[in-house]
Order: sequence, then C-alpha cells, then structure tokens
Amino acid sequence: MSEAAVPASNANANATEKMASLVREAENLKTKLEEERQKLNDVNLSNIAERLEQIAYVNIKPRKVLKGHQAKVLCTDWSPDKRHIISSSQDGRLIIWDAFTTNKEHAVTMPTTWIMACAYAPSGNFVACGGLDNKVTVYPITSDEEMAAKKRTVGTHTSYMSCCIYPNSDQQILTGSGDSTCALWDVESGQLLQSFHGHSGDVMAIDLAPNETGNTFVSGSCDRMAFIWDMRSGHVVQSFEGHQSDVNSVKFHPCGDAIATGSDDSSCRLYDMRADREVAVFAKESIIFGVNSVDFSVSGRLLFAGYNDYTVNLWDTLKSERVCLLYGHENKVSCVQVSPDGTALSTGSWDYTIRVWA
Amino acid sequence: MVTMNSEADKTQATNASSTAAPAKTDCTSSNSSDPLAVAIPEPQTANATTTAVGGGAGGGVAPGTATPSPTPLPNGSNNGSGSAASPTATGTGATAAGVAAATGATSASQPASNPTTAPTSTATVAGAKTAAATTTSSSSVTSSSTAAAGSKQSGSSGALLTVSGNHHHHHHAHPQQSAAGQPAAQPPQPPTASALAVPSASHHQRGGKNEDAPNILVYKKMEAIIEKMQAESTGVAVRTVKAFMSKVPSVFTGADLVAWILKNFDVEDVTEALHFAHLLSSHGYIFPIDDHALTVKNDGTFYRFQTPYFWPSNCWEPENTDYAVYLCKRTMQNKTRLELADYEAENLAKLQKMFSRKWEFIFMQAESQSKVAKKRDKLERKVLDSQERAFWDVHRPMPGCVNTTEIDIKKAYRRGGSSHGTGSAGASLAKNPVEQLTRIIALRKQKLERRTIKVSKAAEALVAYYDQYNEFDYFITSPELPNPWQTDSTEMWDTEKNSKEVPVRRVKRWAFSLRELLNDAIGREQFTKFLEKEYSGENLKFWESVQEMKALPQSEIKEAIQKIWQEFLAPEAPCPVNVDSKSVELAREAVNSPSGPNRWCFDVAASHVYHLMKSDSYSRYLRSDMYKDYLNCSRKKIKSIPNLFGVKR
Repeated sequence: MSEAAVPASNANANATEKMASLVREAENLKTKLEEERQKLNDVNLSNIAERLEQIAYVNIKPRKVLKGHQAKVLCTDWSPDKRHIISSSQDGRLIIWDAFTTNKEHAVTMPTTWIMACAYAPSGNFVACGGLDNKVTVYPITSDEEMAAKKRTVGTHTSYMSCCIYPNSDQQILTGSGDSTCALWDVESGQLLQSFHGHSGDVMAIDLAPNETGNTFVSGSCDRMAFIWDMRSGHVVQSFEGHQSDVNSVKFHPCGDAIATGSDDSSCRLYDMRADREVAVFAKESIIFGVNSVDFSVSGRLLFAGYNDYTVNLWDTLKSERVCLLYGHENKVSCVQVSPDGTALSTGSWDYTIRVWA
Repeated sequence: MVTMNSEADKTQATNASSTAAPAKTDCTSSNSSDPLAVAIPEPQTANATTTAVGGGAGGGVAPGTATPSPTPLPNGSNNGSGSAASPTATGTGATAAGVAAATGATSASQPASNPTTAPTSTATVAGAKTAAATTTSSSSVTSSSTAAAGSKQSGSSGALLTVSGNHHHHHHAHPQQSAAGQPAAQPPQPPTASALAVPSASHHQRGGKNEDAPNILVYKKMEAIIEKMQAESTGVAVRTVKAFMSKVPSVFTGADLVAWILKNFDVEDVTEALHFAHLLSSHGYIFPIDDHALTVKNDGTFYRFQTPYFWPSNCWEPENTDYAVYLCKRTMQNKTRLELADYEAENLAKLQKMFSRKWEFIFMQAESQSKVAKKRDKLERKVLDSQERAFWDVHRPMPGCVNTTEIDIKKAYRRGGSSHGTGSAGASLAKNPVEQLTRIIALRKQKLERRTIKVSKAAEALVAYYDQYNEFDYFITSPELPNPWQTDSTEMWDTEKNSKEVPVRRVKRWAFSLRELLNDAIGREQFTKFLEKEYSGENLKFWESVQEMKALPQSEIKEAIQKIWQEFLAPEAPCPVNVDSKSVELAREAVNSPSGPNRWCFDVAASHVYHLMKSDSYSRYLRSDMYKDYLNCSRKKIKSIPNLFGVKR
C-alpha cells in the first residue's frame, strides 16, 4: 500500500497504467464476489419471514419531551440505570436528564460548540463527549462545578470526533473521527491502545458487538462502507458495501450476527455477517431524505430510523416493511436509541428537543 | 474563490460578478433567535469550513496583497465588520478599480481565467465594479469604491451593481418562465436578476463542486419530484385565478397538491402526503403565495412553484447585504403585498445599524432594482415578487420556522476537507486513488476467501432470534409489569431493584444462551454455584478474571496478567484451567512477549474455556434440577402471563 509514491520521471504513464489495472482488478473481484454470493442467495429474508404474523399495530406514543438545549441536539445516550439520558448539543452544552421526570440534573458547558457525541460509562458514573474540538473528554458525574473541574481530555484526533462509546469498561473509550480513523484510548493515561485505519472517508458511527468478548465493533463511514473490526489486531475483519452515499449510522443486531446501517442515500440496510452480504434494504419511493441514526428493538424485529425529514420510521426488519411513522419533531432527527431495558425509545432533534417514546 | 471554472457555462463566465463575489460560509448555522446572526464554528484545525473572501474587495484595493488563489482564507468575519482592506487605501482603491476597468471587462468575458494569477482575478473584480459604476450615476462610483475599501462585503455588493449593467445575466434566470407555470402566451420576458436583490454568491459552485455539496442528494430528489409535478398533463394543475378586481397568476391549491402526492407516491395517508408537501415547501420548492411560513395546508390556499434559479441546489448562501438590499427595496414599492412583516422590519432596522457605513450604497442598489421592477408586466411582477420573497423565506426564515439550508457540520467538514486538502486523512486517501483501490481490492479478496452460509440459513437464524425474544420486546409484547414510560409508575424498575424474586421470563432467558445467563447477575451467581458443586468453578473464574483484566486501566494490566498466569495457567498454578496446550503456549508467548503483554493475551485461552463451558457445563446446568427448581420457583410467583398486543395471535 505504501508504494503509492512513484518517481517523478515517467510517473504519469506508469501511474495511469497502474490505475487502469487496479480498476480492472477491483471490478473483476466485484463480479466474482457477486457470483459467489449469488450462489448462496437461495431465498429472501422476507420469504422466510412470511410465516410470521404481520405487526398490525405498535403501541408507541410520545411520552416525554426534554426541553432545555438552546441549539440542535446532536447526540444522546441512555444511562445504564434506564431512566437518565445524557445529551449533547450544538450549543456546547452537555445535559444530564432524568428523562422520567424530565428534570435537568446537570448541565456542563464545554469550551467548544458542536458536541457531536456523548456516551455514558458502563458504571453510569462518567460521561465522555467531544466533537468539533477533535477531542474526547471525560467528566465524572458529580456536582456541576466539580464536573467542569475534574474533566479530563483522553484522546485527540486530527479532525472532529463524530462518535464515542465505552467498550464494556469505564477505563477505555472507543472513538470515531472525521480523520477517517477509529481509536481505542486508555482513559487513565490517555494512551492510544489501538488505532483503526482503513476507511477512506470520515467515520460517522461506531457500535460495539454484543458478544461475550467485546472484541469486535462496527464502523460506518462517508466512504459508504461499514467495517467490522477486531480490536485486538486493529484490522478490518469484514466489510460491507452497497450504500450509495455516506453511512451515518451503524448498529449491531442484538444477536450480534448482523448489522443495520442508515445512510444519506435514504435507505437502511441489514447486513448479515454469517452470510457476509446484504440481506434487506429498507427504503420507499416517498422517503427521500437521509437517515441519521438507527437502532433495534430487543428482538431485532423492529428497526427505528431517524431521518432528515423530521420523522422516525419503524421498519419490520424481517418482512422489510414499514410498520409506522412517528411524527413530532420539527426538524431533522439526529439520533435515536432504544433504552437499555428496551422499554422506550429516545430521539434527539435539531428542533432542540429530546423525546421519549414508548 | 475567485476561481472561474473553465467548464462553467458561458453565462456564468460572462457574469464576472457571480464568479467574483466571494464570501460564502459552508455552514450557515444561524440558529439563534436572531436570524441575522451567523454563527461560525471555530475549528481547531486548519481545515476551516469558513471559506471567506478570496480576491473580492481586497483585490481591488491592493492587488499585491490580495489572495485570489483558490485556497480559501479562513475568515471568521461574515458581517463585513471591516476585516479586509485598510480604509486608508480608499483613494488608491478607487483608482485601481478604475484603471483595471478595461482589462477587467475583457477578462470577465473570457470563459476561463487562470485562477492562480492574482492580477487576472483582481482585474475581474475591479472590472465588475467599474462596469457597474459606469452604468449608474456618478455618485455610485464613489460609494462603490468606498465600499471596496471598506470590507469584503463590498465585493458582492459591487458585483450586484454589475448585474444591472450586464444583460447576459438574463440567461440565468431565463428558464424560470416555463417552470414558473406562466401562461405560455406571454412573451418571454426574462426577469433581470438585477431586479432581484439576490446575490451572485456561490455560483462558482455550479461547475462541479456543487455535486458534492451537502444536501445535494436530497435536493436533486426533490427537484425530480417538482419536475413531475410540473408535467403538462400529469402534473399539478396550475392556473390563473380571477379574484376581485385582479388576477392571481400561476397558482395551485394545497388540496390539489396533496391529492397529487397521494396519487403519485407510495405515501401511506393524507398525513404523510401533507408532511411530504410541507418538506417541499420548507425547502423552497413550492410556497404559499402570501405567507412567510413555508408550509402546506390541505385546503384551497394558493401555492406557487419556485423558479429553478432560486432552487437551493444552486448553493445560495446569500449575505446580509443582499438581504438588506432586498428589504430596503420592499419599503420603496408602495404595495400592500410588499409591506414588511414585523420581523422583517426588525431585521431591516438591525441591518441598517450593522451596515450604517454603507447604507447609502445599499439604498441605491435597492432603488435601482426597484426602478427596473416597475417597468415589468404586472402579473409577471406578482410572480417574481413572490418568488423572491419565498427565496428569502428559505434563507432568512420567519422566526419559528426551520432554516432548511443549515448544513450538518460533519458533512460540511467532510466535503470541505476533501476539496481543500487540509482536512482528514480520509480526504488525503481519497486523493490517492491507488491506495484507495488497493484497499478495496484487499477487502474484496478477503471477502472471497471468507466461508459463508446460505442466506436462507442466516434468515432462519434471524427469525428464530425473534421467536425467542419477541416476548421480551416491549414494543411488541407488553411486559408483566406496566411499562414505566406508559403508566408513569416505576413499579417495574423498583421490583427489579428490590425484589428477591426473579420473574420467570428472566429465568427463561438464561436458557437462550450462555451469554444471557452470564449477563444476568443472578444467573451468573446460580451458574457459579452450579459449577462449584461440579468442582469446575475454575473455568468460569478464569474467564471472568480475563474479562475483568481487559477492563482495567493500562497501568494495572501488567500486574493483572501476571496474576492470572500464576493462578490459572502456570505449571504450578493453584487453580489450573483445562485449556489445550496450544492455547497455553500462545498465552505464554503473549505474556512474555518482548513488547510487553497486552490485555488480549489470554483471549484465545479464554474463548477456549468459554466454549468448553458452553458445550459442557452450561448444557448440563440447563438440564439440572437446580435450574429447573429455580425456574419453577419463580413461575409459581407469577400470576398470569399478560395478554399480548401488537402481534396478532
């Protein structure tokens, strides 16, 4: 890969030739791959799901509206305690809500605006956040003054930090960035434990595999790809293509063997890791806006998707049908997340509010 | 940004002003209650999104110091608060502009000017201004040159004047005639852009860069739909309505629009059709003829199509000066329909304060535009006025309305980064197609080598997972205890926390997989007890120790690794685990590796042990009386399985 630098003389002809052959090779491989996968594409997921009853009605209504941010809500995360929510906003504030009572319990002002990502630590005692400052910063959840005083910068990217999660421990943070890499940081020392190079576009989203070892995660990028990574080696172990624009969101199916993606091409897709291919596309002619965020219900049957058209669509992942639409937000829906016990759905929006649906 | 794209169409090339008008912000994030405030994010790195003035006014004043190169200068000031040239240069500036006039005019009419040579670009700007000056009164010469010295804003302001002198510009606006649904019988009288207080800003984007702009994908989709709507016989019926004493040209009703959407799209119901229409409207493609709120009602309210010239895909990022000229112009036309709304009047007052130094200049532009407008046909004027108003309703929305031109900053960065080369690693990689292709090839090879299963198998597994878990999916099956979010009762959470009784559903879940069992604290406790009874507790202990170690801070890792090694794997380990020799060897190598052991050094051994537990102890546990008793015990306490809803049975 590093032989890209070609001597200046004769470089042009060589480079053109090399490019042409590479393009050919890539195309040939693609054709071959499609043939191979086609052999095993014996039936559609929706055919297998025919035996299931239709989801006729989902009892889901807006239950809470959290108002307090003074600008776009960019990211939210449920606390492990199932009722608190942390949110980050373009107004540079981080708010910790008791979503159940809709009270604001803490508010921290960051030195930067556009806090694009925030995450609760598994213990519920810390939060990590970052964004346009290119950094991931950790705050202990105590009093407001202490939170600001005891914040610590854990890692720094060379471009904005778009997403972060704690991989099963308060002591590590996994981040994705506009510098097209992901990174695993040691919280205490700020040491970079592993970096993940491979995307050729900004990383927009990451999610941890729900398996017992927690060594795998998925990333989605503006290069239109989703990668499955091995945290130990830092290598891509599986890759999925198919989207026609930026992949804005990725989420593991609760079974851990499939992922869902949401993209600016206004479709969501389901990729199965065992079959190593796309097994469903969730799209409609009348849906023309991009998808910002997706999440599964506990059984994996429902996929919640937040769109730039202000709506949340519920997809039946097995039958590939839309179940219903959730109206309520008055601007783009930036994030959706099912609560840890699966009882509720939170949605954050550019309309400055967070809503809880159940 | 003074760069003129060689592929740009002739119209654009001749219109020096549009290419020269520089200032644009990649991110119009005016989000505060003040619609005029343009919040500009301050990035920490050099990949600034704020591509501000290139040649602009500065070029006209002092060609030597101007930076007309395509590389944008990060410039925070968008309000023209005097950041560009020094005011002392006024005299020279005016002269320079005058001198450059001839050359400027010439170069402006050439399709491609070399973007790297400063003189050409500056001449373009200066030429544009002077050309403008010659077509208007002599007093404007003064003001234009003053403005040139004043700030970068004048770059586009001067350009605006040019437009009135440059009739080639009409081609720009020409296509709107048919699209606007005007009666075909009307002689095509292309409205001069001069009459529209709309900036020439950002038209440089038309030549290619545009395709990469954020939101462009969705704009294109909406435009395809709008084109369908405007189709002669299959579209929405556009007509001219006779009202009392006057005519309302080129309108359609909201009800007709919604009916058309219902008929032509796979929308579910009227609500979705209305929402769809609302989105088309809030993005400025259709608009109510006399309402600043861009939304659609399913009734007899009249709507009109926006002309393609004003479509958001043209990457308008109009400036406050342009807005000031527009508002100012409205005050000059003595028509009720043009009266300023309260918020507009407030905006105008603010702008007047903001641009007090060059208000005279703004006023004059407004005046000249107004004059041109007055010469136009009455009906045509009605349409044009409304389209112009709708344009500003999109870009300077009424308070309470969504500004749909706001861009996700991530997208602005990603595009900005890739085109300016200062951005992300990904951008540089994209610039290295060889490397990118090599990566794609490697990934595809990896995929080819992969052993996969049939889609039917994978699908069966997903359906089976649902079968197993649907009763735990609160969106599909109602829980035993009321959902706290639906009932405002925390009983469910309280019981979970305080009660010693474990609901049967939870115990049932332990049988789904070893992961489920271990994820549940009580389940794990039970399983530990079971293993102790079986004298095989060390396996789970080892696995747990490894997981705990992996979660430690880096500083404690080394010690923890030694401890695990000594306790479970070393030859004399007090608590030896049953691991194959190969895994032990791998662990030994990892522990003693010269680079120091890492937190994953026992992973192979741990996963070996896990599978051992899964295939052996776990299945025995599920068959054991211990599990069955526990399950029955919790079953007794449950009154009844709640009725299901959501899924029809």
